[in-house]
Amino acid sequence: MTHSDTAVIRARALEKHFGETHALRGIDIDVPEGRILAVLGPNGAGKTTAVRILATLTLADGGEATGAGVDVRTHPAEVRARIGLTGQFAALDELLTGRENLDMIGRLYHLPGSTVRRRVGELLARFDLEDAADRPVKTYSGGMRRRLDLAGSLVAEPPILFLDEPTTGLDPRSRLGMWQLISELVAGGTTLLLTTQYLEEADRLADQIAVMDHGQVIARGTADELKARVGGERLVVTIARSDQLDAAARAIASLGGEPQVDAPQRHVSIAVNGGDGILTRAVRALDAAGVAVDDAGVRRPTLDDVFLVLTGQHPDADMQAASSVDVRELDEVPA
Amino acid sequence: MTATTRREPAAAGIGTWLSDAWQMVKRNLIHIRRTPELLLDVTISPIMFVLLFSLVFGGAIDVPRDSYINFLMAGIFVQTIAFAGIYTGVLLANDLKNGMIDRFRSLPMSQSSVLTGRTLTDLLRATLAVAIMWLVGMAVGFRPSGGVLGGVGAVGLMLLFGFALSWIGVAMGALVRTPEALQGIIFAAVFPLTFVSSAFVDTATMPDWLEWFANRQPMTLVIDAVRSLTLDGTGGPAAVPAILWSVGILAVCFPLGIWAFNRRTLQ
Repeated sequence: MTHSDTAVIRARALEKHFGETHALRGIDIDVPEGRILAVLGPNGAGKTTAVRILATLTLADGGEATGAGVDVRTHPAEVRARIGLTGQFAALDELLTGRENLDMIGRLYHLPGSTVRRRVGELLARFDLEDAADRPVKTYSGGMRRRLDLAGSLVAEPPILFLDEPTTGLDPRSRLGMWQLISELVAGGTTLLLTTQYLEEADRLADQIAVMDHGQVIARGTADELKARVGGERLVVTIARSDQLDAAARAIASLGGEPQVDAPQRHVSIAVNGGDGILTRAVRALDAAGVAVDDAGVRRPTLDDVFLVLTGQHPDADMQAASSVDVRELDEVPA
Repeated sequence: MTATTRREPAAAGIGTWLSDAWQMVKRNLIHIRRTPELLLDVTISPIMFVLLFSLVFGGAIDVPRDSYINFLMAGIFVQTIAFAGIYTGVLLANDLKNGMIDRFRSLPMSQSSVLTGRTLTDLLRATLAVAIMWLVGMAVGFRPSGGVLGGVGAVGLMLLFGFALSWIGVAMGALVRTPEALQGIIFAAVFPLTFVSSAFVDTATMPDWLEWFANRQPMTLVIDAVRSLTLDGTGGPAAVPAILWSVGILAVCFPLGIWAFNRRTLQ
C-alpha cells in the first residue's frame, strides 16, 4: 500500500485554533516508512497538538493528515488500527495491574486471545516489568509507568508509532533505557514520530528533525544539516560576569564575524573557519578588554546553537534563566 | 468539521461492540474489587436510609398503606437508583481527567462502548443495591405482597429508570468540567427531587402547588409504580407514564451523552 518514497505519516497545512490561541499555523510533516522524525521545540510550540491530530484524538481546523495513506478525519477507526500512541502523561489504569492494562489494550485492538497473552508476556519481559506485572500500576515508579505505557502502544505491533515527549520527567538512567528501547523498535521497521524538548534526544534518535516554534515548522533537515546552518565549528567563550557581555561581544567581533550572545548562559560564540590560533587571539582580545573568562573552546555546533540561531532564544530558555539566577546568587555569597 | 462527519467504528459489528463493552465492564469491576469503598453509596447509605426512616421517622408519618416500611421501600429503592445512576457521570468525569480516555480513543475500539461499559457497570451496582435494600427491608418488616411477577416488574422498572438516569450522568459528566462540580450539581438537583416526591410522604399532605409538581415529576411516577408493583402486583396508573419517562430520558440522553463525550474529547 505504501512505497518507500511515500510518507507513511503525512500532514499538509495543518491548522488548529484553541479560542484565541493559534496552536498550529499550517505545518507540513512527512515521515517515510521505517524512519524517525523528531519534532523538536519548546513547551507550547504545538508539538502535542500536531501529534494528537495525526493520532485522531483532535480534529484539525484546516489542512489534511493521513496515516498509512488513510485520512485521519474521515476514517479515524482505520487509522487507529495502524497506530500506537504514547502520550506525554502515562495513559494507564492505576488500579489495574501492568499485565491487566496490556491485556485490556490488546483485546481492544481485537487481537485473538492467544496472541494477546503471547504479546503481553513478551512485552513485560522486554520492558523489564515481569516482577511488577501483577501489581497495580499505582505502585509503579515514573520510569516503570513510561515503560508500561510504551509497551501498551506496542501490543498490536502497529506499523506507525507516535511518542509524545517519551522521556520528559525521567531520570537520566531511565532516559537512557527508553532511548535504547526506541532505537530497537525502529530497527524493527516501525515508522516513528517523536516529539521532544531535548536536543540531545533528537540528535541521537532521529533521521530527520523538524524544529517547531509558535505553531510553525521553522527548520527541517538531518541533525548535520541543521548544524551546518550555524556554520561549521564555533568558538564559544563563557564569561564570568553578565554585565561584561557587551564588552565580550565587541572583543570577539574584532576577530571578524558576527558574534551570537546567549545571555542566560553567559556565552558569546562566533563561527570560525579553520583560522589558526583563534583561541589564543580570542583570549588575548578578551583580556585586553578586561573581560573575565570562565571557559573558552572551539566545538562542533549543537542543536542548542541551531535553536539559538533560528529563534534567538533557547528552546528551554525559562529553565536556563532560572538556573543562571541560582548561579548568580551563589556567586554573591561572600567567600 | 464536526464529530458527525467522522465515520466512527467503521469495522465494528455487534460482536466487537459487545467485546469492547465487556472489556470496559471488566475494567470497572476490577476497580470495584480493588477499591470496595466504591460500593458504599449502593450498600451502606441505602441501609442507613431504610433503618433511619423506618425506625426514626416512621412512627410520625401517616401514609395511605398498612405500614410505613411497606410504603417507604419503593421510595428508598428509587432514591438509591437515582443517585447511583447519575453518579455514573462523576466516574466518567474522573476518567476524562486522567489520560485513560485518550488511550481508548487512540485504539480501534468502538468508542461508544466506553460509555456503554460505564453505564452497564452501574446497572450491576444498582442491582446489587436493590438486592441489599430488599433484604434489609424484609428484616425490619417490609412485606411485599405483590408476588413474584410484581417483584420482577418492580426491579425491571427500577433498573430501566436507573439506566436512563446514568445516561443523564454521562451527558453531565462530559459537559461539566470537574467531578467535584458534578457532585455538587447532583446533590442540588436529585435531593430536592426525591424529597418533593412520594418517596417518604403522601404527596396529598403537601401545599397544593407543590403537590401538583410532585405528582407529575418522574421520580413520583416511578416510585408509585414500583410501590404498586411490590405491594399490589399491578403497575397502577403510574406504570405507563413511568416507563414513558424512562424511555424518553434514554432517547434524549443516549445520543446527547455520546455527542457531549465526542465534543469534549475531540478538543
